[in-house]
Parts: sequence; C-alpha cells; structure tokens
Amino acid sequence: MYVAVKGGERAIDNAHAWLAEERRGDTSVAELGVAQIREQLSLAVNRVMAEGSLYDPDLAALAIKQARGDLIEAIFLIRAYRTTLPRFGASHPVETSAMRCDRRISATFKDAPGGQVLGPTFDYTHRLLDFKLAAEGEVADAPEAPPQPGPTPHIMGYLNREGLIEDEAPSDATPPDLTREPMELPADRALRLQALTRGDEGFILSLAYSTQRGYARNHAFVGELRIGAVSVEMDIPELGFAIELGEITLTECETINQFKGSKTEPPQFTRGYGLVFGQTERKAIAMALVDRALRWKELGEEDQGAPAQDEEFVLMHADNIQATGFLEHIKLPHYVDFQSELELVRKLRCEAEGSTRWEAAE
Amino acid sequence: MTDYNFAYLDEQTKRMIRRAILKGLAIPGYQVPFASREMPMPYGWGTGGVQVSAACLTPDDTFKVIDQGADDTTNAVSIRKFFEKTAGVATTEETARASLIQTRHRIPEEALSQDQILVYQVPIPEPLRFLEPSELETRKMHSLEEYGLMHVKLYEDISQHGAIATAYAYPVKVEGRYVMDPSPIPKFDNPKLGMAAIQLFGAGREQRIYALPPYTQVVSLDFEDHPFEPSKADYDCDLCGASDSYLDEVIVDDAGGRMFVCSDTDYCRSRRAAGHVGAQGAPYEEGAA
Repeated sequence: MYVAVKGGERAIDNAHAWLAEERRGDTSVAELGVAQIREQLSLAVNRVMAEGSLYDPDLAALAIKQARGDLIEAIFLIRAYRTTLPRFGASHPVETSAMRCDRRISATFKDAPGGQVLGPTFDYTHRLLDFKLAAEGEVADAPEAPPQPGPTPHIMGYLNREGLIEDEAPSDATPPDLTREPMELPADRALRLQALTRGDEGFILSLAYSTQRGYARNHAFVGELRIGAVSVEMDIPELGFAIELGEITLTECETINQFKGSKTEPPQFTRGYGLVFGQTERKAIAMALVDRALRWKELGEEDQGAPAQDEEFVLMHADNIQATGFLEHIKLPHYVDFQSELELVRKLRCEAEGSTRWEAAE
Repeated sequence: MTDYNFAYLDEQTKRMIRRAILKGLAIPGYQVPFASREMPMPYGWGTGGVQVSAACLTPDDTFKVIDQGADDTTNAVSIRKFFEKTAGVATTEETARASLIQTRHRIPEEALSQDQILVYQVPIPEPLRFLEPSELETRKMHSLEEYGLMHVKLYEDISQHGAIATAYAYPVKVEGRYVMDPSPIPKFDNPKLGMAAIQLFGAGREQRIYALPPYTQVVSLDFEDHPFEPSKADYDCDLCGASDSYLDEVIVDDAGGRMFVCSDTDYCRSRRAAGHVGAQGAPYEEGAA
C-alpha cells in the first residue's frame, strides 16, 4: 500500500546539517578564518563585492566562507543582505582623477604625466605553479618608492584637449537605480553601466570577447586602466557640508575606440567605460568594451545584430543571481505541469494511433 | 526574529509592492512592473510570490503554502517556515482556514471564498514570451491588443497535432482585454480562475505583478470548432476515490506500476477523514500519512 511521501521538513533540516558539516571539511585541518579569506583571497572578495553591489570586504569574505567558495552563491548572500539595508542617502560622485593609484597603465601612450605604474599584477608572471606556496613561507618585502605627489590626471584628458575624442556631456541628473526601480528599456547609459558593473564577470567577459572577434567589432585601445583608492564623500544635512565616509578601491578602464565620423561631425575617437569595485581589471576592461558596443545607436553605427549590441539581451541576462536562480529552479518539483504534458502526449499519441484511451501497462 | 521587519520586507518596499498590486487589481491581467528585491531565497524559488505575500500579510492572517498542490513539498515547507520565522503568523494546511494561500502550479480543489487571497508564484509572466523574446515588443503587442500571433500559434498546434498542444500555463483572456499567463497551473485549473477570492501573481526575477479581482471574467483561448478542454488523468484518486480532482501519477514499483493520487494533499486528506477510501487506500487514521 502506498503512503504519500511526508517529511519534507525533516529532510530540509538534515540537509542543512550535512551541508554545514561539508562546509567545515576535515576537522583535523585548521578552520579558515574570515580575515584569512579577506587578506589572502582578496580577488575573490573583490568579485563578490562588485557583483554583490556592496563594498564590505569582511562581509564578502564571510559570504565566501559560508558559500564554500562558490562565488555566485557568495554574491547571492551579499545581495540578499544588501537589500535589507536602509538607505541613508547618496554619496557625491567619486573623483577617480584623485585616485591614489596602485596601478595605472596606458596602452596608448608610452609615457604620460603620472607615469606607468604596473602595481601588483599577474601580467608578466610566468604561470608556473609555485610549489613553495604549498608549504607555508614568508614573503620578502617588496621594494617601495615614495608616493607620487598630487593627483594623477586622466590620460583621456590629453586627447580631449585636441578634440580628438568625443566629449561626454556633463549631467547633474540623478542616475536611475535598477535595485530600486524595475528596469525599463530602452535604458540610458548610466543604467546600462550599473547593470554591467554588477553583471556576471564571465558573461561580460564573453560578450566583450565576442566584439573583439567580429560580432560588432569596434577595436578598443586601453587608453587608461587605473586601480586605487578613492574617497567617498557625502553631504550630511545636519552638518550642512560633506564629510568623507571612507575609502574604497576601484578599477577604472577607459577605452579609446574608432569612429568614422559623419557628414556633420569630423572623425573622432569614442569612449567605452568600465568602473568596478575592487581590483577587478578583467571585469572593468570587459565592461568598457560592452559599454562601447551598446552605444551603437547613439553613435549612428550599424546594427549588426550582434549579441553585444542587443541592449535587452545583454541587460536581461547579465545578472548571475537571476540567471542561476532561474536555471537551477528547474530541479524543483514540476510534477503537476509534467503530468499535464504526459497526459497530452498520451492523448495525442492515442489519437494518432486511432485508439480511444490510454491504458496503463499493468 | 527581531532583526528584520514583520514579514521580512521593510515597510517602504511593502508599500511599493502594494501600489503595484492595487494597480494590477485596477487593470486585471495587465503586468505591472515593480522593483523586485533580492530575497533570501533564489529567483525561481517563488521570490515574486513571497514578496506579494509579505506585502499582504498581517499579524492576524492564517497562511498556507502549497507547491504542486501539496503542503509538504520541500519548497512549500521552506516558504511556510520563512513566514513562520519572519512574520510569526499562524499557518495551516487546511484550505478553508487559510486567509492567504501562496501557491505554485496549482489552484486548490476546494472553492475559495471572498475572504481569501490566492498568491501565485510566476516564472515567466509574459504569455507571448515564447512567441516573441523581446520585452519591448511584447509590451507593445499588449498595448495594441495585438494577439494575432497567439492565435496563429494555437492554430498551428491544431494543424500539426489535431489539438491545442498546451497542457499547462494555458493562456487566458481577461475581461476581453489582456491575454494573461495564469502561471504553470495545469489547464484543468483554468475554469477556476473566475473565483471569488482575490488572485495575485508575483514574478520576482521578471519584476512583474498582475492580478485578478474577484469574479473576473477569464476565458481560456480557443476556437469555436476546437473548444477549450480542461483535462486530467482519466482515473479516480487511489487514496480517496475522488473523481473530480487533479491527479499526480506516482510510480510505485520497479516494474513501472503506477497509481494516481490527488495532487491537492489537503483535499485528499479531508476526503479520507470524511470516510472516502480509494482503490488502494486504507481507512483514514488521524496523524497517519
């Protein structure tokens, strides 16, 4: 005799207990501290902050620990926490030209005021496994130089003086916020940039790569890539002036792209822009390329039907929390809809075979 | 749980959702965009329904959650626990006792009353989505009442299969105006959509809310010569003997033997409690199964 399956609640509780045990792993191995993750897996922390849209290295590290290193799961934890936080107000726009740069390179000029600073990059490392790291080892101090005095000007500014690159019209309009308003299309550039900066790194990377391979090709030069700390300031109504809340690390990428010019405008370079929390330069470069590809309409370019040009396609599919949720939900029960399909297929087959009723094979 | 507001969402967010609900009730079948929040469960797990429920719940409510018609499916258990924890509301498995029911993929068998609200979890709110992938286009089609594409699709089904090959999420027309996706309920449930209770549909990932006020005219799309037919497995429930309820097919042995049982577990339980016994059922005992 059949007894309907019960016990979903106990199964869930037990699954959670098992999950906690698996997360901890072998207890004879020391437990990973949140501070260790924050300090030693900082690029993972940066990605979680960027795509989680919350700048808090400690919470991001905690999320990575809780998620067993699954970064999308960690991003989800951060997003679900972030959404409960009250909004006190909005900061002033951060001044990236005043960034304290740890890294600052240009692919378009051999040298420029402020110089090229490689910073802590993997770029010229040989990708050879360092077996010394398997054993704990002390790291030798890196040589230090005195910090550059004064701000490091944006390289794009030099092109601008000659009018060689398009001007971005300044605006004081409050940018839209897709975390507070439903995303409505067509989106303006500010909204697109917001969606891109919190979009999935892999998705943005692949879209950017597709533009390089000819799907809406628009060759990009990295005019400047800079990584460093900027201060965040906010007006406090009670005080009547702005105070500095703290510093955040950002990666900014400005690309220089071609433009043929038109009947009314002489040829001029155009821009792609990427700005991402933390040291996240793969993402920032990719974001700049996709930003540029999405601007085809305003720049009077041809719609090539490329994925990276399709604003709706890009913006509706860039969010990995939405994507992974909908993808993975297909493992939830679908008995009822499947049953209705089952009956329909049986009925259609019966009709095709000329019989009247499906009989269970018993 | 004191760290979060009643029913998890902050009051400003609930207000925003309530406005969308009211707009949806004022324009039955119209998809209202709303600023869906990230919830502590994944998109696809019912975040739209959960947000709508959170915006509707009051401390006096009695809450019921079903998934596939059953109160004890894992995700129904999880959502019920979420609101037990964050809202502290009373919960029930009895359809008639609930003032607010959140559902996924089914409408309860027992008729609902004017005092009840039924909240649906919706994966893809756009009935035209699989005919036209662009949201810009489908919104235009709704505003122009341009539903020819849908009729062509149904016609093509008939010409290819001899019948309309849609078994769930069967499209309906609301008050002669909007074509609406009733969420992936089996088409067996479609005739119940004109019910006395308020019906609210929440799609979290897609950021849409839509609604059916009580006694709304809801017509399943069809053709004069191919009328809409609600359908179910042609059997009686093997546990309670019901011939009028939607059935799940359960495989019971290695030889592929099967039985059919009510998908609505509360309906089945109450019938067995009233003394009905199906072909493979045992007399009802309180607390068993």
